[in-house]
Amino acid sequence: MSASNLLQYAVFLAVVTVLVKPLGGYMARVFSGGRTFLDPLLCPLERRLYRMTGVDPDDEMDWKRYATAFVLFSLTGTLLLYALLRLQRFLPWFFPGSQTAPVTPDLAMNTAISFATTTTWQAYAGESTMSYTSQIAGLMVQNFLAGASGLAVGVAFIRGLAREQTSRIGNFWVDMTRSLLWILLPISLLGSLVLVWQGVPMNWSEYTQAKMLDGGQQIIAQGPVAGFEIIKDLGTNGGGFFNANGAHPYENPTPLTNFFELLAIAVLPAAFTNTFGRMIGRPRQGWLLYCVMMVLLIPGLVLCGWAEQRGNPRLKRIPGLAATVVHKQPGGNMEGKEVRFGIGGSALAAVVTSNGATGSTNSQHDSYVPLGGAVPLVNMLLGEIVFGGLGTGLYSMVMIALVGLILGGLMVGRMPEYLGKKIGPCETKYVTLYVLAGPLAILPLTAVALMTRAGLAGLATNTGEHGFTEILFAFSSCFANNGQSFAGLNASSAFYNFTTGAVMMAGRFALAIPVLALAGLLASQIRRQEAINAVPTDGVLFGGLLVATALIVGGLSFFPALSLGPILEHLILK
Amino acid sequence: MKKNLLISIWMTLATTVLLGIIYPLVVTVLAQWIFPRQANGELIRVGGKVVGSRLIGQPFTSPGYFHSRPSAANATNPAGYDAQSSSGSNLGPTNKALTDRVAASAQALQAENPHAPVPIDLVTTSGSGLDPHISPAAAEFQIPRVARERAISESDVRAFVAKHTEKRQLGFLGEPRVNVLELNLDLDATQPMR
Repeated sequence: MSASNLLQYAVFLAVVTVLVKPLGGYMARVFSGGRTFLDPLLCPLERRLYRMTGVDPDDEMDWKRYATAFVLFSLTGTLLLYALLRLQRFLPWFFPGSQTAPVTPDLAMNTAISFATTTTWQAYAGESTMSYTSQIAGLMVQNFLAGASGLAVGVAFIRGLAREQTSRIGNFWVDMTRSLLWILLPISLLGSLVLVWQGVPMNWSEYTQAKMLDGGQQIIAQGPVAGFEIIKDLGTNGGGFFNANGAHPYENPTPLTNFFELLAIAVLPAAFTNTFGRMIGRPRQGWLLYCVMMVLLIPGLVLCGWAEQRGNPRLKRIPGLAATVVHKQPGGNMEGKEVRFGIGGSALAAVVTSNGATGSTNSQHDSYVPLGGAVPLVNMLLGEIVFGGLGTGLYSMVMIALVGLILGGLMVGRMPEYLGKKIGPCETKYVTLYVLAGPLAILPLTAVALMTRAGLAGLATNTGEHGFTEILFAFSSCFANNGQSFAGLNASSAFYNFTTGAVMMAGRFALAIPVLALAGLLASQIRRQEAINAVPTDGVLFGGLLVATALIVGGLSFFPALSLGPILEHLILK
Repeated sequence: MKKNLLISIWMTLATTVLLGIIYPLVVTVLAQWIFPRQANGELIRVGGKVVGSRLIGQPFTSPGYFHSRPSAANATNPAGYDAQSSSGSNLGPTNKALTDRVAASAQALQAENPHAPVPIDLVTTSGSGLDPHISPAAAEFQIPRVARERAISESDVRAFVAKHTEKRQLGFLGEPRVNVLELNLDLDATQPMR
């Protein structure tokens, strides 16, 4: 672990931490109707948008109407994207010589579902499949809308805990619009220019023809990448403009863009814990959740970096190969990694993206050593609770907290309580539905893939334990609405398009709807005074309970599968 | 339900115009105005013709050039570096194909320079297949061959390498790296091969 790598990790986490309070406070003001400096510019635009679309901003919704609005908006987004992709040929900026791979109906549907759920799982290679119009008016627009929708659901959930004796948890259209106009759009405008400064292209040209220095021709794919790239990260989406995603030098040219893009992924979900604390009137609760996230993030980061730096024992045995750190080379497992990021920058990206429900990786995870590749997989299986997706990460973490409180309550024979709201039988039902969804979606489909020829046909690159991990990773990633993959899996088949599409929808709606229902139940309760001997939910004991619950519940569900994949592979890799 | 459906449709269309037309237009105009070189892909021109991009790697096979890393971006070009088809190898660590390929590359490189251990990045493919850099050790490894082919001293070649070695950004971000295309262009301009 080189000193500069450790410093990079430390500075990254420090910068995220420093930004939590200002951004958290800003977001709290945006969603509570407080005043912000952008109001003079954005309020008129907001009002015009409501008039054009028929939104009544004073119409607060109960959980059923909120969930309906959320689902309908995802649906119309999906259908519009599907149409744009299928009609790509007739729209501008379609280059037949460059976009050579066809957009079949099942690919279009899979991609549409994928981007409308922030998964952005890509069963296609961007530069050879998607026109600029599809990328920008189709995919990128969904990056904005799906990210904003997720943030809205998160805010509604917070209101469920913050309010009392009401059935109303907000107006989905207002929350979504405010997320777009006050948060995602301004940061994207500035962020995209920072990226261009470092070398990310922003043009609409045909692919460049270059006459290479040592002979031959190179055709260089171009595009309006910078505008796309920033919201890919900020909205915790992750689908890349090009096939190689964050490893591509046009998407991520320098170590600074790497740092900046990872920051864009982590910072809003991290700050959202502070928004949560402020909106419930107890900031310490938000900080506790943030600390738990750090406790779950750091060991994974250290393990991943250490395992990749240690490298591949089989390669190290090749005579004459300098596979360890020597002067002037970082060494380690460099297969599938970029020189400008080395081991440290790649491991940091692997951990931040797998925790942040964002599928943009800057190295090929399929080529990681077993322990190194297990870290992103485990992060996703924990449920995207460490920062997590925009809006969704916060409620995922709180749901784990509720599981912990329920288990604790069962053990001592008391009704669990969180922030003065009781977690009774009705509430527990929704928490249970939430917890069961993951294993029920991921494990059976992995089994089906392994038992059918169609599923096994995806193992085009690797077989055995590593192939197993590829399949498990795919379904875990889609359920987590993450979207990253072990890219050796050939997922551009009807089987995988269909199954991953179903899993992505499950991961989005089978979680968000129980969460909104729970928010509705909690909002209608009276806030109680906490009992004298209740577990304080802003202390170390509760933090420990949270960490333990996350690890135990995740572990019980997925440890058997992990032992057939990365753990077994680690034991045989000698 | 019906009211929400109508709002949903109108909202999707309105935001598509705002985010899919106005936003990219604004970003394009600003990017092309403030950072034209970067916005257009950091292309390098020699004698009016585009020879590549500073950010996109190219394959080199002639002995007088510094060679790039192996690349698995090889849809149309078997030597890799197909910039319409960015890709890594995705070979897992237990995959025999990986060990065999790396062993063969290492052997070939050792024949070229028997006095130094082969740096790992010279035998591994990059994540994108378009990595424009090699590590300073990988450049150092190739100095004897390049010096021989161009009939100049090794210390002169070392000076060229040092000139094109980018340090860690801000002192701690990323790794030191050598831009192969820019290095080779510089060598061709000042010390052409005979």
